[in-house]
Amino acid sequence: MNKLLKIFTLDSLIIPVVAVIFGLIVGAVIMLAGGYDPILAYSSLFTSVFGDAYGFGETIREITPLIMTGLAVAFAFRAGLFNIGAEGQFLIGMTAASIIGIKITGLPALIHAPLAIIAGGLCGGLWAGIVGYLKAKRGVNEVIVSIMLNWTALYFSNYIVRTFLLQEGQQKSVDIQPTASISLQGLSMLMDNARMHMGTLLAVLAAVFFYVYMWKSKQGYELRAVGHNPNAAEYAGMNVKRNIVKAMFISGVFAGLGGAFQVLGVFHYQDIFTGSPGIGFDGIAVALIGMNHPFGTILGAALFGTLTSGSSGMSFGAGVPPEIIRIVIGSIIFFIAAQGIVRWVLKPLYLKRKKEKVL
Amino acid sequence: MKKILNASLVLALSLSVVLAGCGKNEEKPAGEAATGGAKSDMKIGMVTDVGGVNDKSFNQSAWEALKTIEKDTGAKATYLQSKSKADYTPNLNKYVKGGYALTWGIGFDLGADMKTVADQNPDAKLAIIDAVVDSPNVQSVTFSEHEGAFLVGVVAAKMTKTGKVGFVGGAPIPVITRFQAGFNAGVAAVDPKIKVDNVYAGAFDKPDQGKVIASNMYNSGVDIVFHAAGATGTGVFNEATARVKNGEKVWVIGVDKDQSLEFGDEVTLTSMVKGVDAAVQRVSKEVIDGTFKGGTIELGLKDDGVGIAKTSDKNVPADVLALVEDYKAKIISGEIKVPQEVAKK
Amino acid sequence: MDAANPVVELKQITKRFSGIVANDSISLKLHKGEILALLGENGAGKSTLMNILFGLYQPDEGSIEIKGKPVSIDNPNKAIELGIGMVHQHFKLVQPFTVTENIILGMEPKKLGFHLDYKTATAKIKSLSDQYGLKVDPNSKVSEISVGMQQRVEILKTLYRGADILIFDEPTAVLTPQEITDLMSIMRRLVDEGKSIILITHKLKEIMHISDAVTIIRRGKVVDTLKTSETDPNTLAEKMVGRNVSFKIDKKAATPGESILEVRDLMLKNKEGVSVLDGLSLDVRAGEILGVAGVDGNGQSELIEALTGLRKVDSGSVTMKGMELANRTPRFVSEQGVSHIPEDRHKHGLVLDFSMSENMVLETYYKAPFNKGGFLNQQEIDKQAKKLIEAFDVRTPSIETKARSLSGGNQQKAIIAREIDKKPELLIAAQPTRGLDVGAIEFVQQQLISQRDQGKAVMLISFELDEIMNVADRIVVIYEGRIVGEVLPEQTNDQELGLMMSGSTSGGKQHE
Repeated sequence: MNKLLKIFTLDSLIIPVVAVIFGLIVGAVIMLAGGYDPILAYSSLFTSVFGDAYGFGETIREITPLIMTGLAVAFAFRAGLFNIGAEGQFLIGMTAASIIGIKITGLPALIHAPLAIIAGGLCGGLWAGIVGYLKAKRGVNEVIVSIMLNWTALYFSNYIVRTFLLQEGQQKSVDIQPTASISLQGLSMLMDNARMHMGTLLAVLAAVFFYVYMWKSKQGYELRAVGHNPNAAEYAGMNVKRNIVKAMFISGVFAGLGGAFQVLGVFHYQDIFTGSPGIGFDGIAVALIGMNHPFGTILGAALFGTLTSGSSGMSFGAGVPPEIIRIVIGSIIFFIAAQGIVRWVLKPLYLKRKKEKVL
Repeated sequence: MKKILNASLVLALSLSVVLAGCGKNEEKPAGEAATGGAKSDMKIGMVTDVGGVNDKSFNQSAWEALKTIEKDTGAKATYLQSKSKADYTPNLNKYVKGGYALTWGIGFDLGADMKTVADQNPDAKLAIIDAVVDSPNVQSVTFSEHEGAFLVGVVAAKMTKTGKVGFVGGAPIPVITRFQAGFNAGVAAVDPKIKVDNVYAGAFDKPDQGKVIASNMYNSGVDIVFHAAGATGTGVFNEATARVKNGEKVWVIGVDKDQSLEFGDEVTLTSMVKGVDAAVQRVSKEVIDGTFKGGTIELGLKDDGVGIAKTSDKNVPADVLALVEDYKAKIISGEIKVPQEVAKK
Repeated sequence: MDAANPVVELKQITKRFSGIVANDSISLKLHKGEILALLGENGAGKSTLMNILFGLYQPDEGSIEIKGKPVSIDNPNKAIELGIGMVHQHFKLVQPFTVTENIILGMEPKKLGFHLDYKTATAKIKSLSDQYGLKVDPNSKVSEISVGMQQRVEILKTLYRGADILIFDEPTAVLTPQEITDLMSIMRRLVDEGKSIILITHKLKEIMHISDAVTIIRRGKVVDTLKTSETDPNTLAEKMVGRNVSFKIDKKAATPGESILEVRDLMLKNKEGVSVLDGLSLDVRAGEILGVAGVDGNGQSELIEALTGLRKVDSGSVTMKGMELANRTPRFVSEQGVSHIPEDRHKHGLVLDFSMSENMVLETYYKAPFNKGGFLNQQEIDKQAKKLIEAFDVRTPSIETKARSLSGGNQQKAIIAREIDKKPELLIAAQPTRGLDVGAIEFVQQQLISQRDQGKAVMLISFELDEIMNVADRIVVIYEGRIVGEVLPEQTNDQELGLMMSGSTSGGKQHE
């Protein structure tokens, strides 16, 4: 436990918190400039998220896939890879889960739902594995490949839904079998019909797995060594190429699981998407806010999801257009990415404290 | 009863057509009650589809109608924009759980979510445009788009110089395929030899795709394009505007609202208007008056739920408009039956 | 020498970096026509001081006087204006450009305001080169001239800009013995012509050879300033390190045993198709240190990579006690009992962002007891790290500290600890003392010798002739991917080795 706390050193905790505060201030200034009341806006954001069971439940629903794509990005990052393709892996995960959830019938829920989840994770992983393979064997930059595969995933998924799963006359698939659903009916009832599902719990477990695997296991040690210094890893006898493929695969599994949760727990069908849903891209920001740590990622997803889900509260309660919320989120990411600014602002405080210590 | 209803509809429709496009909606939903009309302190909410409130199409029409209601009755109206499909349910719930007297869902896309919310909250009153939700507390409003599209098909067929016209649909969902079926039938009724190029963009919120499709169509010799693609259609207009500026003679036929008000008479040949605003006003008033019942209404030519824009005479010669009136009468009388579905090839 | 009027005088210079005092009230004087050596261990504050003089840093306290006038030097251009020139350790030259183009870069002479006046520039460079005996051809391309020549281009660059105070930052690190001798005479020539030189170095031999005075810095403070003629290397070393150091390494005579490593006809082409190893053969025996001497870039790196499995060879064999090691994986080689102190400790030796304890098991993490059923046994790893850190006196705040925050010497100690703890049959040490100060060098060399004394085979690859001469029991010289000669240290001298290293002659016993 002591170790666990040590990860969150003072510095790594202060920077995001200050960045969040700065972001909120920038948002407030913009709201003031636009003639809105920032205090009313933020308080209605707060009440819409925490004010009732439904809002809270829906916020958790919003947070869950962000945890998964955030973990995907953070995991790859720890292994020195920039997985910008969580978006595509998420879509592939959705599609795989939809196929299993819709086409397979007659299985008990205890088998059907896990099978659909596993299929989603596995296919997301294989999709990302393509990126890892090309990087390891051919030296192709993973950013370029994964961006390209995002589009491929989008149109491939749409093709699958349109060709095999389409509900007649609709832009979406037919519903999944009830046995494949991971919705928690009881909890949803308690939460005033908010769409609660098993995926949230699994997302938290995934973060724990991330932590244990990355910092406690032999394979995680290798991945981190490769991520920090592939030359030293090779010198030390690690198979750098295999580790790259492995890192991308596991990263993709996270994103794919996120997609599966979304289909099996939230929608119970899959849309024909006109554009990428964007959850994978948001995952990049979430990982960044979470400093690429699994538990930080959960916090980052919570922040991101709260702001997103609360944005309608802001527009409902204070008439603030949702664009403002994106500005707030954008500012927070900006301040986290531009840590230098935060450090610069905090510097006098730090120095002061140090001096006091000396005295 | 029905007659009175229809009369009020016509009144509201013409009023809203005049109002449409005048003035941008303010970002901040107006708070104070307006003077005149029946006073009411009821709250009405509206959830847009992903097109957003400024889609220059049915979301905008519906919101403008609610603004009118606000002014006339003092009821308070607000809207929530949906950023993604995942937002539909929470947004609807926001109003339902917030105790709003009526919650509108704009668009076919919200059908499934509204069904869920309506069944979970049997006491709430909801209404939806373009979809049929089979719940007792939901008023579903649909339109006979095929009838209106037939009329603009007639216009297109009479006006084309190249013998080729085009149709751009957002996505092949029942509402939009009705447009296509009606338009094709209208063209064929005038001249079966005229070729109609039918393309679906696959999205209602992608102006860039609309522009590309329109460009391809115009390049292939099409000179009139009818779009039923929401914000994607904006791209069709942009392409046409660019070409008109370069001296080409191409036209767009607008949809849902009189789009000449938005995009100008130089490119807008005519528009097939849908009485979304009138319907929104009517159903909203029912709630205020306490006469809301739920159920499904389909508004067609005879109800003036669909039709061609009043400003069409600017570009369309009188003889063509007379022909349109002729067809309109035949459809209302039942002499011509406009197909709702595209004939399978 | 005009003692009363120094050309450069630094007075009470103090510079702090976020709480750490890099320069603590340092004062020094450079007189006209003098070579002042600035001696100190790595991290003593030499570079900081010179960066202040060159305008890259601003001092927190203290003042600078140039030729008697107080000045404030807030950027390098100001320094150049004042006649200060710096010859950097890493050359700042554009490879495909000619010497003239490189020298005039940034201050191109213009005729009629726009077109470059190469003719005048070339003539000026030619005359400067002749004046100081630099023998540089202004029209040759930098990529086609030797490292020593490139350094002269750097010198010319400062002279061209009118410098009369030259700062040399570790100038001999990259040179062959002949080139060093040449550089020494060039420096002499420069001061004879009225220039003044500050020489940053930690090589005592050079100081004794060339400088007029020495200022010794330790931990940011001036320890002493001495006339070179009145001191000796032992005194200097003591003052620099702060304790007694021995130069001559005590070692018993080697008692070589059986041949452990046999390399035969190793051939290797690089990506461009150039042969970097060209039929290289050598043997390393148990209980001896084989020194591989040579100028950088003659195939040493490729040889090490080929031996340790980091690179595939085209042909030839590497056998250790009969086991073929060529074209095997690094792990296989390691498991056969080969330890490797890599040339570049940051690139290969350590994962800088790993903690010290993680770094200590970099090659053994997968074995018991560090690996228990796929999981890391943190307790055992920490125990191991503590053991090694203690045994090899690695100065680190804790085993949790990141390798990045340790000094170069302590990083190297940690690597050596890890490699020796593997109990290898063969220890390959590539440049093991590069960038280390005297104290750390001594330690590293002692470790190599003690391995030898325990009957291990040690292969030492170094560009430092002194090191090879002091430590090795037998020396082979590598030149253009081949072994061009083999000598015994007690039967050779710098001169002979230097000639062999430059490929001019081959001496001693020939390999095949």
